[in-house]
Amino acid sequence: MSEKYISRSPAIAARLLGDEMMIMSATDSTLFSLNPVASCIWQAADGSTPLSEIVKSRVCAEFDVDPETAFRDAEEFVDRLAQHGILKVSNEPEPNAAAQGGTA
Amino acid sequence: MSLMEQLNSRALSLRIPLSAHLDLTYRCNERCEHCYLEHDDKGEMTTTEIRRLLDQLAEAGVFFLTLSGGEPFLRRDCFEIIEYARGLLFNVKLKTNAVMIREREAARLRALGIEQIQISVYSHRSEVHDAITKLPGSLKRTLAAIRFLTAQGLKVTMANILMRGNFADGPGVQRLAKELGVHYTVDPTITPMMSGDRGILRLRIPGSDLRQVFQNAELVGNAAEFCSPPPPVDDHVMDDLPCSAGHTSCYISPYGDVYPCVQFPLPCGNVRREKFLDVWRHSAALAEVRSIHARDLPVCSSCAHVGTCTRCPGLAYMEGNMRGPSIADCEKSFVRTGIATANMKARGLAYPALIQIEACPSRPAV
Repeated sequence: MSEKYISRSPAIAARLLGDEMMIMSATDSTLFSLNPVASCIWQAADGSTPLSEIVKSRVCAEFDVDPETAFRDAEEFVDRLAQHGILKVSNEPEPNAAAQGGTA
Repeated sequence: MSLMEQLNSRALSLRIPLSAHLDLTYRCNERCEHCYLEHDDKGEMTTTEIRRLLDQLAEAGVFFLTLSGGEPFLRRDCFEIIEYARGLLFNVKLKTNAVMIREREAARLRALGIEQIQISVYSHRSEVHDAITKLPGSLKRTLAAIRFLTAQGLKVTMANILMRGNFADGPGVQRLAKELGVHYTVDPTITPMMSGDRGILRLRIPGSDLRQVFQNAELVGNAAEFCSPPPPVDDHVMDDLPCSAGHTSCYISPYGDVYPCVQFPLPCGNVRREKFLDVWRHSAALAEVRSIHARDLPVCSSCAHVGTCTRCPGLAYMEGNMRGPSIADCEKSFVRTGIATANMKARGLAYPALIQIEACPSRPAV
């Protein structure tokens, strides 16, 4: 199984509202509200950390969930956001991933 | 409850300023006859100050950021500010007359991921629009800009302020918006100048014209429902807040002054002297605004319209009391439903006069 690397699209607006992330797509104005687990994945989407590592070191460390379920849910979540152009998914780390902007 | 309503409700409970309106300058290349601003530069915030403010707004939780003016593109650093704001992941909306936007600027705005651009258009005829803006050729340039922006796929809203001088051209502007494929809004509200000068209120359309607006299904949707009598008032209505001003939204002037809203010039602090969050959390003026519920309004709480009126606390403040009625909104409620407001009854204005006397427009000498 190849690793997935996720990064945030630049064509979005985002802000943390309490412990939930709200995101609006600049292309179609669709509004998303992410629960705390999804917000955690979103904030860790730096283009260089594998999704499996995000789940292990962030999601499982911060929330009471078993790794297998967490990874399955994370993959589903990532695919859904990618369909809306909110997240970019790649099999390779981004070359300039350190430049990932935003302070939502 | 829609997702947006849920977010608003959450922001209210967490006391987060979900929306902020920042005027980058009061300078303008147009001189619109209804404008409430004085256009002299009295010491605008520098680029560095605005960057610092944007950092603070992001930290405070502002999501929707409206950048306006004056004409924001008169600032040489306008694009730099927009770019910085987008880097902070604000949802940015621009309000502009667009006369300085050409193909290149439209492409830059597209690349920056601007959510929406609101552009004022007062008539489909140059002689009317340009007479209001006092800038010859302004309609032609504004319409060219709208075409550049829509060609980039940007969302444009054409905003029309209805006044005595352009009311008859409303349908023409609406047709134009349709032809250009942009959203259209109208606003019949003329506000006093921020200095308090009320002279421009003479431009307000009369009640008979307002009635036409409220009965236009293309503008209000279901006109019969929109103009129906207000439903009975219950406790829920009496606990309501007047509007989002000071609760989940605020306004910041080019000089760093913080107000509850662009139409509510109650000084709450200045971001040059204090951090934005300190103003937002600790301003006594904002605390007073936040303390007001419908049941606390001495006149309006006894009004049948209290649950449906568009009463603007800022206009009420400019009329002398932020807890008082706003006469302009009393008129709207009355014209919309035909039912007099408590304020009108108290003032002995419960019924429209049988004879209305208005100043006759001056005629050229023959």
